[in-house]
Amino acid sequence: MSLIGTLVVRAEGFTPPGPGDFNLPPIGGGTGTFEWLGQSHYIGVTKPMVQLVLAAILVFGFFYLAAKRREMVPGRMQYVAEEAYGFVRNSMGRDIIGSADFMRFVPYLFALFFFLLVNNLMASVPLIQFPTFSRSGMVYSLAVLSWVIYNGVGIKKHGLVGYLKLQSVPSGVGGPILLLLVPLEFMSNILVRPFTLALRLFANMFAGHLLLILFALGGEYILLHMAIQFAPVGILAWVLFIAVAFLEILIQFLQAYVFVLLNAMYIQGAVADEH
Amino acid sequence: MQTLNLLAAGEELNPLIPHPVEIVLSLVVFGLLFLAVKKFVVPNFEKTFSERTSAIEGGLAAAETKQAEADAKLAELEKQLADARHEAARIREEAREQGAAIVSEMRDQAQAESTRIVDHGKAQIEAERQQAVTSLRAEVGTLATALAGRIVGESLDDDDRSNRVVERFLADLETMESARSGGTSTNGDGAR
Repeated sequence: MSLIGTLVVRAEGFTPPGPGDFNLPPIGGGTGTFEWLGQSHYIGVTKPMVQLVLAAILVFGFFYLAAKRREMVPGRMQYVAEEAYGFVRNSMGRDIIGSADFMRFVPYLFALFFFLLVNNLMASVPLIQFPTFSRSGMVYSLAVLSWVIYNGVGIKKHGLVGYLKLQSVPSGVGGPILLLLVPLEFMSNILVRPFTLALRLFANMFAGHLLLILFALGGEYILLHMAIQFAPVGILAWVLFIAVAFLEILIQFLQAYVFVLLNAMYIQGAVADEH
Repeated sequence: MQTLNLLAAGEELNPLIPHPVEIVLSLVVFGLLFLAVKKFVVPNFEKTFSERTSAIEGGLAAAETKQAEADAKLAELEKQLADARHEAARIREEAREQGAAIVSEMRDQAQAESTRIVDHGKAQIEAERQQAVTSLRAEVGTLATALAGRIVGESLDDDDRSNRVVERFLADLETMESARSGGTSTNGDGAR
């Protein structure tokens, strides 16, 4: 997208959106930077950082207030909160990890799902309109955390050797094929998972937001700076902007769901006796 | 947005390279959220769920007990009702039998009474008739004797005479009759 934009549009003076649009400067100005991993970064509190904290406060605040009352016949708020909690607890916790020891993972899965969901949905909240997890650093830590958790509970249950054997050696397979399968399984179950988790979430949020910026700015540029006969194209771009914005809401939910669902499945695989 | 695009100018950013502060911040914020949720939210939900479950189960058990009690009571009442119906039928049957017995007894009694009354009347009539016959017989005998005496006292070969005798007798009889009634009245007067 960026390449095509560069070739086709920039010639006429349109600057296409790019990764730079996600590198917001600190709130209240300040242009100090520091170098890290070959790239300079702003010093200061940026919008996604505030969003991250805000999301945590919102999630905790809502569920704390809703759960506090503990009424037998729930009111509207408690009912919604219970349904939301029950959704994560039952469909992702109990149904996947199994009713034996899912309860100790429910707080993690529950907090993770709504933390992700609220942060993702912020991309669709007017005036905020920025996906927190289009910042790769935010995602990396959560992916690493989930990697530590599922491997940790696996090693704790089976021991290091037993766990590596469980994750790397498929049961019911013998002979020389293991030479091929063991490295593959080890790769896919131990090494690759945090990367796929992180990239899936980050790339979806990043690309979705980029697409929205492109439709919005492109439509604006066509309508304001190009000949009048291109106006329908500009209108179409804005119509598509609205359509994609709704699609994004679905994707925001779906990515939160998938991230937590995969977490639950990794945990299940790690604590399983055989698989 | 583009006006904010300060750093992008000049160098191409690689979005995969993370901002170190964001890594730490994300971990810390999520960690705090996790701890808070684990300590203050999940226990409340779980407690509510288990309380609700036990409340519902308790309610169900209580309802079951109540239902069983109600069933037992209903069965008992139905049994009592059936007994009462049976008893009532028995009493009715008995009463009917008794009534029939009483009626037949009364009928017998009435029959006997009427027979007795009829017999009594018959006997009385017979006695009175007998008495009348006896007295009539005596009177007729007297009268016949008196008549015969008169007839014998006169000549009996003359029809006219005998007729006269009879007429005289009858007249005498009448005078006797009137004299008896007059006599008694004169006697009554005389006595006075």
